[in-house]
Amino acid sequence: MRAIILEQVDRLLAAQSGAAALRRLEAGEWPEELWEALEGLGLPLLLVPEELGGIGLGWADAAAVWQVIGRYAAPAPVAECMLANGLAAAAGIEPRGGFSSFGQTAPFGRFAAQLLLEPAPGRLALHAPGAATPGQNIAREPRDAMTPGPLLAEGALPNSHGPRALRLGHALLRAALIAGAVEHALALAVDWANTRKQFGRALAKFQAIQQQLAVVASEAAAVSVAVSAAARAVDSRGLEGASFEIACAKVVAGEAAQTTAATVHQVFAAIGITEDHELHHTTRRLWSWRDEGGSERAWAGEIGRNTLAQGGAALWPDITARDIS
Amino acid sequence: MRFELPSLPGGSAGLRAELRAFLAEAGRDWTPAVRARSWMGFDREFSRELGARGWIGMVWPKAYGGHERSGLERVVVLEELLAVGAPVGAHWIGDRQSGPLILRRGTEEQRRKILPGIASGKLAFCIGLSEPEAGSDLAALRTKAERVPGGWKLNGRKIWTTNAHLSDWMIALVRTSPAPEGGSRHAGLSQLLVDLRLSGISIRPIRDLLGEESFNEVTFDDVLLPEDALLGQEGAGWAQATEELALERSGPERYLSSLPALTAGVDALRDVPGADVAVGRMVARLNTLRGMSLSVAGMLEAGEAPAQEAALVKDAGNDFEQRLPEQIRALLEPEDMPEDLRALLADLTQLAPTFSLRGGTREILRGIIARELGLR
Ligand SMILES: Cc1cc2nc3c(=O)[nH]c(=O)nc-3n(C[C@H](O)[C@H](O)[C@H](O)COP(=O)(O)OP(=O)(O)OC[C@H]3O[C@@H](n4cnc5c(N)ncnc54)[C@H](O)[C@@H]3O)c2cc1C
Repeated sequence: MRAIILEQVDRLLAAQSGAAALRRLEAGEWPEELWEALEGLGLPLLLVPEELGGIGLGWADAAAVWQVIGRYAAPAPVAECMLANGLAAAAGIEPRGGFSSFGQTAPFGRFAAQLLLEPAPGRLALHAPGAATPGQNIAREPRDAMTPGPLLAEGALPNSHGPRALRLGHALLRAALIAGAVEHALALAVDWANTRKQFGRALAKFQAIQQQLAVVASEAAAVSVAVSAAARAVDSRGLEGASFEIACAKVVAGEAAQTTAATVHQVFAAIGITEDHELHHTTRRLWSWRDEGGSERAWAGEIGRNTLAQGGAALWPDITARDIS
Repeated sequence: MRFELPSLPGGSAGLRAELRAFLAEAGRDWTPAVRARSWMGFDREFSRELGARGWIGMVWPKAYGGHERSGLERVVVLEELLAVGAPVGAHWIGDRQSGPLILRRGTEEQRRKILPGIASGKLAFCIGLSEPEAGSDLAALRTKAERVPGGWKLNGRKIWTTNAHLSDWMIALVRTSPAPEGGSRHAGLSQLLVDLRLSGISIRPIRDLLGEESFNEVTFDDVLLPEDALLGQEGAGWAQATEELALERSGPERYLSSLPALTAGVDALRDVPGADVAVGRMVARLNTLRGMSLSVAGMLEAGEAPAQEAALVKDAGNDFEQRLPEQIRALLEPEDMPEDLRALLADLTQLAPTFSLRGGTREILRGIIARELGLR
């Protein structure tokens, strides 16, 4: 099931995304056609159980889809909608059609049909969107301050998701998107290094270039593994039960975002700085997404405080006690 | 490249608990110097003890002294040993690469003769790859073996051979026929099982920067080896050594070398401002590297040959274990460190440069990754 959906999403985004689509998105246009196609695949309802009309897949599946979306620089906020609908459903709130966003500073909030909030720990409330004060991140993705409209429905999350499910879900989502974006940035840079010639040979033949991109490949592998581990932990223990793995994933993703963006820009040099080139759509997202859903500093602080409180003798046993067999 | 997290076999928590109980007792008197050296440390007594408990050669057939456990159970054992910095060098090489190579490429007789000795912790192996003129460029090696009646005559020199002076056997990569004119230097190489007691072998320890004798120069002067010293196929040495290197690079010792310093550091850093974020970053990396390393173990267990993945995890892991002592040092003044931590860091600081050299340098590993990316 996962493989089929991944392939469908990949195919769809390959056909309907790209620099032109991202430019329109960043200019404030809603990607209507793409959105309809994504709805056609049932993507917004991927995490919603079948009895509520969804596809009923799990978090590991969702994270894998998010990673694909990240590879295309997220040409529509469908990952966000999957998260909002999935969590709403977990709180017993029946999903509605259209784009669902979440939070006080809502991704693409101005386009939302409904807005999911966490008014109290462990409780979710679905609102009509209300008024949106436009804002954006440095990727020029809408991040709008919301004054929520009327309450549509509310419910309580199961205990396993804990008191800060939206924050945890958001962190996982950003880490997964970063995993895909890092892969894409690497692929672009490898391709460019094999294309661009200086001193009579392809950049790829310069060992300095090879060694730098090898480091990016390591980072790509690290984020991808950290995200899979986190998503698998959510499937087995719920969001709060996976908070350590999610925190790890967001820390590693944030660090990888920085290394990747810096390195690929170095490899592309001047051409990569131009508006016309597609690279910046990915690198500006890397710089934005690492701050959203909690920065690596915030999540590392949480991991570190817990580690320091437990003491050195508990460090390794605590890590291995989280194994999933 | 592909990384997929395996599920650890049921019962691995029990196995861990067994190891921890054993190590709490066995490791009571390990000094920081012992824990900092861990798999470079050589303690035959301790290896025999592990062998007696079935924790060496775990995955090998029982017929050869093994225990027919899964590869992932073996990794559980390795992890627990490394986490406390156990001195496992006397059996580490045999268990990790020499034994598996003999199992895979050796004759029935070689297996029966040698594997039970490794599994019981009695036979220690060393790695005979590097030579004075052949470091990263391994194929430049010159040690050579000629066929003579009844066996082989070996001449040449290996160097940097860790613990050769304490070991019983070496698997040496040597030239058994000249490289074809204009052809590949990889042709004509073979692996030999060398009994280090034979006459004509001289082993000279080389003092390292810690003032210790950890590696050696091993000279072969007309050493007569029996016919059955040949391991695997004559002329297939390069391919076999490549397999061996994949085993050498794929284990958890490639990111855990400094873990004892983090364990000790956590207690010392409790009230240090800013330590939370720094420690959190290290722990996030530690947990992620563990996932990457387990992915490689899972692939090996599934019978795949993840050589590139192993190179990537080794490089990333070396980076982590190499930086770790520096990161702790950045948070604490030496005079504020407890003695145990200060001693660990003193040794790890001096050992850390070796992490990205032994088993293939950073640059060579990154070259392997780059080739996999399509850059070479
Ligand atoms: C503590 C320790 C234990 C060891 N134990 C063993 C052992 O038991 N058995 C054994 O066989 N060997 C052992 N070695 C040797 C180890 O495998 C070699 O040190 C390693 O392969 C590098 O070889 P070299 O030291 O000759 O360095 P060189 O190959 O001379 O390299 C020097 C520097 O140049 C770089 N370099 C070389 N070639 C390239 C290239 N093509 N591109 C870019 N950079 C390059 C290297 O990365 C390195 O930074 C050990 C080494 C150490 C430090």
